[in-house]
Amino acid sequence: MNDTARKILAPTLFIVAILAFWEWAVWYNDLPDFRMASPSDLIPRYVQFWDLFLIKSWETLWRTVVGLALAVVVGTLFGMIMGFSRFAREGLYPILVGFNAIPKATVVPIVALMFVGQHDFNTVLIAFMISFFPIAVSVSIGLSTLEPEYRDILRSLGASQATIFWKIALPKTLPEFFGAMKVAVTLAFIGTNLMEIVSPHGRGLGDLFDSGRISADYPLMFAVLFALAALGILLFYVVVFLERIFAGWAERSPG
Amino acid sequence: MQTDPSHYMIELREVTHAYKTKAGPLPVLDNFSLRVPENSFCAVVGPSGCGKSTLTRLVSGLMKPNEGQVWLHNKLVTSPRPTVGMAFQNPVLLEWRTILQNILLPLEIVKSPMSKAQATERAHHLLDLVGLTGFAEKRPSELSGGMRQRASLCRSIIHKPDVLILDEPFGALDAFTREDLWCTMHDLRAQEPFTCLLITHDLRESVFLADQVVVMSGRPAHAQHVLEVDIPPKRTLEDLYAPKAVEMLATLRHQIQVAQGRAAEDDAPAPAPSPKPARSRPIPGAMQ
Repeated sequence: MNDTARKILAPTLFIVAILAFWEWAVWYNDLPDFRMASPSDLIPRYVQFWDLFLIKSWETLWRTVVGLALAVVVGTLFGMIMGFSRFAREGLYPILVGFNAIPKATVVPIVALMFVGQHDFNTVLIAFMISFFPIAVSVSIGLSTLEPEYRDILRSLGASQATIFWKIALPKTLPEFFGAMKVAVTLAFIGTNLMEIVSPHGRGLGDLFDSGRISADYPLMFAVLFALAALGILLFYVVVFLERIFAGWAERSPG
Repeated sequence: MQTDPSHYMIELREVTHAYKTKAGPLPVLDNFSLRVPENSFCAVVGPSGCGKSTLTRLVSGLMKPNEGQVWLHNKLVTSPRPTVGMAFQNPVLLEWRTILQNILLPLEIVKSPMSKAQATERAHHLLDLVGLTGFAEKRPSELSGGMRQRASLCRSIIHKPDVLILDEPFGALDAFTREDLWCTMHDLRAQEPFTCLLITHDLRESVFLADQVVVMSGRPAHAQHVLEVDIPPKRTLEDLYAPKAVEMLATLRHQIQVAQGRAAEDDAPAPAPSPKPARSRPIPGAMQ
């Protein structure tokens, strides 16, 4: 089997197998759809609400991406400060850890009160807050563990700190950065949905989920979960694609 | 202390240096003096932890000594200088760059009269010299350890430095690769002369490559012994087994034992095949 065929065939095969098993398990146990909807229950929902799914997905997607972009900028900045200055690292680390430890579900109502009515802003804010920690940590670790010889080859030629950062420290940190991005992408989704569900404001897939709950349309709730998974996969592979371009050198060919 | 300019390519005058540690200052170098004439090759050997790497950082200007002076090319060293090339035990090639881009890296920092095309041509020429023809477009991860070290050597001299500082560059290689690279060093020097300071813990390497071998004492280190290596140029590995070389190696081995505190200075060196002692000269600085 060649490489591309396997890369497409393998996941397809697994998805089909899992869906088939799920369908069978629901049918075999004779579960009503409010206890467990089966995949075949979902299709009518997609057909019925396809326009809503598109609109809501887009709302969820763009707010997640903006939150993530913000997390990249701020996280990299914090990572750089902590990576270069031991003083800043030792000072900021406990604060960041504490901030990260606060369950974001508790922050949602506070943010919703703080910026009343700014739903898009609030959603982006939560997506950002939940996803910037791994980026900051990985960039700081990447920079602070740079072997001194790497600095020395440029420093011995009289290069400035800025040159060393652009030519060596930054590219060398990219693999760690993308590793963190893969975690951050999923987290940002959780953040967006948290806002959409805990503080309902009629936008995003979280809203569709909520309306499924209110109208006791359980298959719709499951259908939303699948849409979220699809968006998550999409964004994840965008990150993988970018990683291939910018940090493909770190990937060893097998064998 | 003298303040007149140095007439040597590398000169260290009574350099004393200590690191600050929690337990107080840790003296590393004590009145260390060294003189390396232009285009000559100086090897520094010594017991481990005696401050050999400190020496390279001082000569390259990465660190300033507490006391004493470091002169390079008639100028007092106060900060890093672009006329220096460096290679370490770890070849530190940038994995995201091709071998060619890695070799050209110093020219992105140092202003050079070479045009981009000339520099590329020079890089290819150096690759040919070290036996890496055809590897210019490969990534470091595709090269073996010895090949990476060869590429690292090319990078350290691409900008035509007048001083090359080598900090145990062959230390992590297997014996065959190491001997191969020793010969490569001779080829490089024959092609374009440079002054070289080699830090090593391999006595055979020091005798094969260097014009003078400096033995450092234990910490804090001073130059305990200087051995002139009078094996004529175009050395071959067989020269290392000639009586003269064997004798020099015995002298060095004895001096290392003295440095480690395991033998007294006036003990006879380990028995050598020939009764004639190797020609040595007193340490610089002690002459004044």
